[in-house]
Amino acid sequence: MTKPTTTPTHRKKLMRTWPLLTPTVGLLLLWAFVPLAMTLWFSFQRYNLLDPTITGFAGWSNYKFLLESPAFLISIFNELVLVGAVLIITLVLGVAFAVLFDQEFIGRSIARLLVIAPFFVMPTVAALIWKNLLMDPVNGVFAYLARLLGFTPVDWFTHYPMAGVVMIVAWEWVPFATLILLTAMQSLDRQQVEAAKMDGARGPQILRYVILPHLSRPLTIVMMMETIYLLAVFAEIFVTTSGGPGNATTTLTYLIYLRALVSFNVGGASAGGVLAVILANIVALFLIRTVARNVDL
Amino acid sequence: MCTLELKNLRKAYGNIEVIKGIDLTINDREFVVFVGPSGCGKSTLLRMIAGLEEITGGDLLIDGVRVNDVPPDKRGLAMVFQSYALYPHMTVADNMAFALRLAGVPKAERDARVQVAAKTLQLDALLDRKPANLSGGQRQRVAIGRAIVRQPKAFLFDEPLSNLDAALRVQTRIEIAKLHNDLQSTMIYVTHDQIEAMTLADRIVVFNAGHIEQVGTPLELYHNPANLFVAGFIGSPKMNLIGAEVESSNGQSSTLRLEGGSPFTVPTALGQGEKVTVGIRPEHIAVTDQGTISGRVEVIEHLGNETIAYASIGGAEPLTVKLPSASTVQLGETLHFAPRGHAALFNQAGQAIALPRG
Repeated sequence: MTKPTTTPTHRKKLMRTWPLLTPTVGLLLLWAFVPLAMTLWFSFQRYNLLDPTITGFAGWSNYKFLLESPAFLISIFNELVLVGAVLIITLVLGVAFAVLFDQEFIGRSIARLLVIAPFFVMPTVAALIWKNLLMDPVNGVFAYLARLLGFTPVDWFTHYPMAGVVMIVAWEWVPFATLILLTAMQSLDRQQVEAAKMDGARGPQILRYVILPHLSRPLTIVMMMETIYLLAVFAEIFVTTSGGPGNATTTLTYLIYLRALVSFNVGGASAGGVLAVILANIVALFLIRTVARNVDL
Repeated sequence: MCTLELKNLRKAYGNIEVIKGIDLTINDREFVVFVGPSGCGKSTLLRMIAGLEEITGGDLLIDGVRVNDVPPDKRGLAMVFQSYALYPHMTVADNMAFALRLAGVPKAERDARVQVAAKTLQLDALLDRKPANLSGGQRQRVAIGRAIVRQPKAFLFDEPLSNLDAALRVQTRIEIAKLHNDLQSTMIYVTHDQIEAMTLADRIVVFNAGHIEQVGTPLELYHNPANLFVAGFIGSPKMNLIGAEVESSNGQSSTLRLEGGSPFTVPTALGQGEKVTVGIRPEHIAVTDQGTISGRVEVIEHLGNETIAYASIGGAEPLTVKLPSASTVQLGETLHFAPRGHAALFNQAGQAIALPRG
């Protein structure tokens, strides 16, 4: 290693770097810290958009009010159900598609394009298509198929609202998982699979002992990235169920929206926002620990 | 016990035939090396034997049983891959025991068998390591160990030394030879390196463009190549192959005019005007004043134990001559060369013409 250079003559030659760094760092600080600081500030304020006379320091009352409201616990539960269910579905289907589309078959490139396609559909549009064209109990394709087979059509957003939302969000995110995992599949050493075949491994065992260990890192990455985005799912809920019926599909994200822009309670919504940040950090902590364990071979 | 029989074995991808009818019998405990230039189909044939490539036509028999449609693991063969193909997330011990684990062998027996193999290959100290923490040579040994643990009927090696550096290659080659001695099992070894083939094989199979050029012991191939391809492929430095035309023939011997004009006599009758190719190994050329072939030395390579000289004799290719290291030959010097027996002769189709041994 070179010696640390702190001699005065050398020092003069060194450039001052902080003027160059300041714009970027400053922008990042503004970008990240100002909204967070404002949220923190508002969460301790009495602040309601409908009544400008309510002002002043609120202490912990915004938090107390939120934590005591039955909607809060339900929303956290819903959030976890949504994220968990979508993660499981996308990872399982992602692995399946990655393995499938890695095989040689006629029309593979077109099939690959099609399996990626849902990713390019905007969440609002996707939700509307699913709600009105597919899952509608009267006009939807699912209802038509159900009637064709002699079943009673399911009114998804009335009877299984969370399942309905999960289906839509999973449909949007399977392509992402497939894309990352398919790329990873292509770097799998074919001779390893052949060696496993020679060793007597059949399909499921090759999946278990060769393919899944190979995919463990990309799987963790997919899991982490999806979690970040899934915690913020909003449009799909807004378009389909508006958080209902009752609280059935109100996630924390959606609850904050309800507090802020339906009740116009900025203080309460900010308290929810702060709690959401904490929740996201707890989830992130768990994920990063699994990633760290996985990445260290 | 393991004999392999290949009967008119064929492989085609669509309309393109890459293995064009191979007939070969590999005897029990024999070390057979498939050698040939890249793309000649030797690896494909090995993979067909292993069961990794489907057989398009013909029969593959192991111990007399047709195994064309038997899955790879049921053929009782073990393969060592060029890239080693170790399972990166498993320890050395797990890698070696994997096949036994899949076969449902109890843990105690698995461990015992891994221990035995590890001892043979000096892997005892490395059993808990992951492949990523091993050197190339160690990985190679683990790959061989994984094959040994299964106690296969025959071992298949697919260019196992090509990822090693030169020194390690020689060392591992010796280890493989020793292993064959110790295990006394049938081995098939694919390589493009003729030195590996010569040193390891009981019998060499020379491949070219999807068919067999010649099968024989290393010395048979060296002394009696069946055709031009084998003559040029076996031996290092390469055999000198010089075009020639028959000038006269007297029923006992013929006088040829080599490319470049030098006269050359062979002890067989040939038709006048016939075009042939003369093959002389660099080590079978002597420098004498009586030599009929004269050439100017253009390049000298000092290898320490010997000296290789390349002399222009008027033809397209220079004549390669192996000289003792003490030789004082100078660049630009004109020398006279004479063959020291062992010349080979090939007809226009490239097939060897039998010569009486002198």
